[in-house]
Amino acid sequence: MTETPMIQIEGVEKAFGSKEVLRGVNLAVPRGESMVIIGGSGTGKSVLLKCVLGLIHPDTGVIKVDGEDVERAERDAFLARFGMLFQGAALFDSLPVWQNVAFRLLRGALKRPKTEAREIAIEKLRRVGLTPDVADLFPAELSGGMQKRVGLARAIAAEPEIIFFDEPTTGLDPIMAGVINDLIREIVVEMGATAMTITHDMTSVRAIADDVAMLHGGKIRWAGPVAQMDDSGDPYLTQFITGSAEGPIEAVR
Amino acid sequence: MRFLAAIGRPVLGFLAATGRFTLFVLETFSHMFRPPFYMREFGHALLNIGYFSLPVVGLTAFFTGGALALQIYAGGARFSAEAVVPQIVAIGMVRELGPVLGGLMIAARVTSSIAAEIATMKVTEQIDALVTLSTHPMKYLAAPRVLAATVTVPILVAIGDTIGIFGGYIVSTTRLGFNPATYLQNTVDFLELHDIVTSLVKGAAFGAIAALMGCYYGMNSGRGAQGVGRATKTSVVAAAVLILAANFLLTEVFFAG
Ligand SMILES: Nc1ncnc2c1ncn2[C@@H]1O[C@H](COP(=O)(O)OP(=O)(O)O)[C@@H](O)[C@H]1O
Ligand SMILES: [Mg+2]
Repeated sequence: MTETPMIQIEGVEKAFGSKEVLRGVNLAVPRGESMVIIGGSGTGKSVLLKCVLGLIHPDTGVIKVDGEDVERAERDAFLARFGMLFQGAALFDSLPVWQNVAFRLLRGALKRPKTEAREIAIEKLRRVGLTPDVADLFPAELSGGMQKRVGLARAIAAEPEIIFFDEPTTGLDPIMAGVINDLIREIVVEMGATAMTITHDMTSVRAIADDVAMLHGGKIRWAGPVAQMDDSGDPYLTQFITGSAEGPIEAVR
Repeated sequence: MRFLAAIGRPVLGFLAATGRFTLFVLETFSHMFRPPFYMREFGHALLNIGYFSLPVVGLTAFFTGGALALQIYAGGARFSAEAVVPQIVAIGMVRELGPVLGGLMIAARVTSSIAAEIATMKVTEQIDALVTLSTHPMKYLAAPRVLAATVTVPILVAIGDTIGIFGGYIVSTTRLGFNPATYLQNTVDFLELHDIVTSLVKGAAFGAIAALMGCYYGMNSGRGAQGVGRATKTSVVAAAVLILAANFLLTEVFFAG
């Protein structure tokens, strides 16, 4: 591959106090592809995504987005290219649902008339399987799964080039999880977006991924096309896929 | 050597914290002058900080003014100076008690709620979400609140001063036998513009301190519910102490010499 990858992570290390979470992560995500990151809870998957967004600064290592160093990029222009679904949805609880979804469209560079922003918000809500009557509710009035989907709608509202999903299907029933998986796939294929998704759900992995990377022990343990995941020969990856208690990954962490 | 290190570490820590806070203050104020401006947030802050604090500040001032009149009357009687009640109530309320008690009530009511709200936003990743939505948390959260507090607390203090004087008036005319017209005349004659300006300047400073402390500790909150609790508590204590210290400094500047 000669084209520069959309996201290039080189030798990233991050410790919180004495706890070394990332210990030299290397990973490249090609443009327009869907990368899924798997790994046990607490291995630093969310921290890795936040490093790419510049929300957490790595201790060492370089992260480049579209060839540009994240730490040096002009922040506004940089962030305008991203959409992010946070693990806990992170909805603004002082704003009704539709204003959460249309947040970017109500202020700043992408500002539009209120009625138009609301229409877009309702359209995005429909795409994540929510009816227009949730638009005027407040986040606290929604179930966890619904909040997650509102967060997803907010992440895609401004049609970003790069989208991060932190556990998009956790807390959803299998049918809704299927809807969200299809949606993510659709966003990558139709909008040509580059996606990084964190998930524990192997059904999701198979539905969403072009490539899979497994984070373990602060490093990328295995990375490759999803088709090669099942016969990787890597005992860690195999144990994770089969969900077995027997194997090199300790159940007590 | 170990002795020096034992002194040095907390001193360095204190200096670093002061530096961080100073930068925070400068950054907050700089955001007030650079677009975009979040008018809706500002409007909310005006309402929450100013309007809804009126009852608390008003009641505090009323009872303080009343108690002050009783005390001055009782104390003044010892050297037959009962007649100075209106003048001392006016000076006491306007110069000191109005702004200080108003400021402390604002610290209790506004600092705590700002700190708890922003800390919760931090803990639930809402601050991170703001950043990813190209919105600067300082500009969106801190600047409108601090500006609203700086503008509205002087007004609250002015209202509090008036209500406090009115409290003293009620007590003096109903309980202490003062003539209503003379009482008011004495108050008006005695107060100078300088007193009123001082009161308003103090109000603005205390309002700014109260909101800044709430924002600062909220944004630097630790993780989890415990982090939110600690941020809230520390912000209120810090705001109260800083308000009293600032009051001393401002009194020194305005009235010494
Ligand atoms: N801001 C932070 N301060 C201290 N520790 C953190 C912080 N963020 C994450 N951690 C720690 O880093 C580790 C990895 O967290 P995370 O990336 O959220 O895991 P996961 O892989 O489940 O998403 C956890 O042990 C967590 O406690
Ligand atoms: Mg996580």
